[in-house]
Amino acid sequence: MAQASGKVDPMYQFTVEPLLGETWNIAGYNIAFTNSALWMTITAVALFIFMLGGMKRELVPGRWQMTVETFTGFIDDMLEANVGKEGRKYVPYIFSLFMFILFANLLGLLPVGLIGVHPFTFTSHFTVTGVLAIMSFSIVLIVGFWKHGLHFFSLFVPHGTPLPMIPILFPIELISFMVRPFSLALRLFVAMMAGHVLLKVLSGFVINGWNAGAGYGLLVGVPSFILMVGISALEILVAGIQAYVFALLASLYINDAENLH
Amino acid sequence: MPQIAQIAEIWSSQLFWLLITFGFVFFVIGKGMLPRVMDTVGMRDAQIASDLAAAQSARDAADQAEEAWRMRENANREAAQDLVGKAKAKAQKSTETKLAKVQAVIDTQLEEAEARINASRAEAAAEIETVAAEAAQDIAARLANVSVTKTAAKSAVKEAMRRG
Repeated sequence: MAQASGKVDPMYQFTVEPLLGETWNIAGYNIAFTNSALWMTITAVALFIFMLGGMKRELVPGRWQMTVETFTGFIDDMLEANVGKEGRKYVPYIFSLFMFILFANLLGLLPVGLIGVHPFTFTSHFTVTGVLAIMSFSIVLIVGFWKHGLHFFSLFVPHGTPLPMIPILFPIELISFMVRPFSLALRLFVAMMAGHVLLKVLSGFVINGWNAGAGYGLLVGVPSFILMVGISALEILVAGIQAYVFALLASLYINDAENLH
Repeated sequence: MPQIAQIAEIWSSQLFWLLITFGFVFFVIGKGMLPRVMDTVGMRDAQIASDLAAAQSARDAADQAEEAWRMRENANREAAQDLVGKAKAKAQKSTETKLAKVQAVIDTQLEEAEARINASRAEAAAEIETVAAEAAQDIAARLANVSVTKTAAKSAVKEAMRRG
């Protein structure tokens, strides 16, 4: 945000500020309704409204219903392709995950700053992406141990491993398995934060360039602005891709648990 | 980096509100609305599949009906051709018999006529002979005063007529 000095702090946009109930506590833990919580609510409501369009249940769908059905079909196909027939029972979870992240990413990119509202991308917080990753990973663990019992540990011994290699491969596979929730959480968090920081830095170039005079404005501000337009388009793409990657990896991990090897 | 700097004070609120909003998304949207949307898609797919199957069976029935019609048509045509052939043969036969009958009648008439002609010719010849004999008798009596008997005159005439 442009502050009084004309400087732009690219990290300020990630600050969480309580809006309501600063003193709300449950068992000593603060649960203030923050700007982050506000955007989570907006995301959930926007997704709800979007889904209402798919509830018309017409035989010949309109555009809106068609769009909703495209998304549900997309997730359904993804799970069918990656997990198989048993994958259908995970469609509600993966669909919720995908749409929640997608809407959060896209809503965070809305240029509502123009009307004085601070957009907030809660997927750029690892407290959020971490919880989503841990939830997905927990499902993998629960399903894996529920279905296969202790046999689930054979996931860490790839097929056809020679016996002497098992003691070496098992820890490697175990570590790569345990890293999954972190990579899942960090990938989304970093991708969203990096894009927003980049946009803010470039907007700082535009503002400070023009403040320094018309020459700097033309030399620095205009190219930065053109770059910002391009990167904004790229960010929309990244918003979709990151939601897709999160959902795809979650379904791939579920596949490991569902179909052990 | 506020994500790290603020973590101690915000993590509980982030977790709480994320669980509430994502819980809403999962239970209301994922569990409530999504299956109905997918049902609609499934119903549409089933409808399309059954419509296609119905169209296919109708087409098969139409093909069968056409085949049956074609076979019936061919049979009918053959029967008709048969009938025409038979009628033609019958007509030819009856024409032939009629012609034969007529021919027979004509033949008999011709024969009768010829017989009649022959008879009249013979009669005429006989008459001519008699007349010639009488004329020869008469001529002989008048010119040579020789009385020739009727029988002699007759045989002489016959002799002369044979010689032509």
